[in-house]
Amino acid sequence: MLGPFLETLIGGLLTGVLYSLVALGFVLIFKASGVFNFAQGAMVLFAALTVARLTDEIDGKALGLEHFVIAAAVLGAALALVGWYAWREYVARGSGPGERRRLALLAAGGALIGGVIAFAYGKGAWPLWVALAATASIMGLLAYAIERLVLRHLVNQEGIILFMATLGIANFLDGFGQTLWGSDIYTINLGLPKDPIFLFEGVFPGGLLIDPAELFAAGIAAVLVVVLAVFFQKTRVGRALRAVADDHAAAQSVGIPLNTIWLIVWTVAGLVALAAGVIWGAKLGVQFSISLIALKALPVLILGGFTSVPGAIIGGLIIGAGEKLSEIFLAPILVQAFDLAGGGIENWFAYMLALIFLLFRPQGLFGERIIERV
Amino acid sequence: MDSRLRSFPDVLLSVENISLSFGGVNALTDISFDIAKGEVRAIIGPNGAGKSSMLNCINGFYHPQHGAITYKGVRRNQMKPHEAAEQGIARTFQNIALFRGMSTLDNIMTGRNLRMKTGLLWQALHIGPARREEIEHRKAVERIIEFLEIQHIRKAPVGTLPYGLQKRVELGRALAAEPELLLLDEPMAGMNIEEKQDMCRFILDVNDEFGTTICLIEHDMSVVMDISDRVVVLDYGRKIGDGTPDEIKKNEAVITAYLGVGH
Repeated sequence: MLGPFLETLIGGLLTGVLYSLVALGFVLIFKASGVFNFAQGAMVLFAALTVARLTDEIDGKALGLEHFVIAAAVLGAALALVGWYAWREYVARGSGPGERRRLALLAAGGALIGGVIAFAYGKGAWPLWVALAATASIMGLLAYAIERLVLRHLVNQEGIILFMATLGIANFLDGFGQTLWGSDIYTINLGLPKDPIFLFEGVFPGGLLIDPAELFAAGIAAVLVVVLAVFFQKTRVGRALRAVADDHAAAQSVGIPLNTIWLIVWTVAGLVALAAGVIWGAKLGVQFSISLIALKALPVLILGGFTSVPGAIIGGLIIGAGEKLSEIFLAPILVQAFDLAGGGIENWFAYMLALIFLLFRPQGLFGERIIERV
Repeated sequence: MDSRLRSFPDVLLSVENISLSFGGVNALTDISFDIAKGEVRAIIGPNGAGKSSMLNCINGFYHPQHGAITYKGVRRNQMKPHEAAEQGIARTFQNIALFRGMSTLDNIMTGRNLRMKTGLLWQALHIGPARREEIEHRKAVERIIEFLEIQHIRKAPVGTLPYGLQKRVELGRALAAEPELLLLDEPMAGMNIEEKQDMCRFILDVNDEFGTTICLIEHDMSVVMDISDRVVVLDYGRKIGDGTPDEIKKNEAVITAYLGVGH
């Protein structure tokens, strides 16, 4: 009995890590701008689609000319953006005159580099690392576009208005990704061993079966979590992010540039979406339904707390393990006791758990309690 | 304390013919005055006179449609609030704008934000220069906490603090930036007499010890007359008086604005 239990538990925990990865993206943006970013799922799909399409070469149907041009332009602009940001952060510190000219120069240089990369790999399948780097810069560019075109115009607005804006972004991205890259189901090959690993074969009959892809995902998530948690709690930028979430005007008055901060969070959230998208994509195939895993992140957030990075992880683990265990062990009991058809518990277990949490601990396990002087 | 007769030769900031309107409402009309380096400058006026709008223009939250603001000899156009902060302008708000979820310490620490220089990478790793810098700034913050006598609430989330203390924390956050020009929007509103006296003492100490130029909005006339070197009076978005406290006390237009015609 212990063997299957442990196996289910470990499988559940590893799936939970994947939920955590998605939830992490939500937490980042919520912490830094007080906005529930409904577009996180769409960003996961978009990132996964981009990686899949760039590494893809199905039956000689390589990237077409239009994709080549788009890739060159986007990559160029993205590199320019990263260069400009690095310049501001490390060299110039703060904005000054001549910024537009520098930006134009960087954009030109970036487009050139982007063009070379796109030319070198444009006609065939890109190696995974090039595709990942390209997608990372595209996510940065996306963050810039979102900040420039949407958020900048909504400074000091109600949270609900920002939320509606992210709904719009979600729908746009879902469609735009498919316009750009097509709506077929793609695969991402991370080159990981496909064969399951068996552990403790001496202890349990048959051993414990573990999927190496899930183990890999857990490793990635662990690294991301540690870096992000330290970043938020201990650093200048982390404190600035929390300050922006609390009060826009006050944050600006102490010299925190709202636009840059939003650019940083959305970029980081985009990179987290990339990590989640690649891992989910490798596991399930890249298809529209990936954007729906955002809905699985909701109970994770309620459990862990909307503002806590560790909360997103613990919440994901609890949900992941809970739903698998309930499916395997709770379902048979329910079937016996109430003469039900059984099954399907996995689909609603997370939401029931979230509901119970809402009743007894609305701020989640690690969320900040809302303190209000009346 | 008598109104202090000191002389201030250098102009730090000058406002020339500023006009600001929201839609059809004229918040400020053709206002000019200057703030001298090292002085305590008060802006007074009845409710809705445009005092806060004036501070918001100086600090970059609003951009006036007409006129110019010259700061440290440089004429500024369309400055953003964080740029004003970068150039040494710090402020507090009429309705306290603290980061409610953070502790007193962290709130004041955000004021040091601009003085921290290490790059993102070091910070993400939280080692080396980033760590040393954090410690160094923490010391500066501790000095401010001591100066404002708020050691006992160092770790308390500011959302739970009483009003007077919140105002003090907000002042601390502004001071942490080591500003050249400190804008205070009604620093004593809603305080009892003792709290007001403490606040006056802090403001004067900041001015004396650090030479910080202060521009404050205040309704309590006795306070204004006591601590400021010069006073600007606004009414319905227009300037109706400008001078030392003694001059303002005798100014007919000011008396009319405050007490009505036929006082």
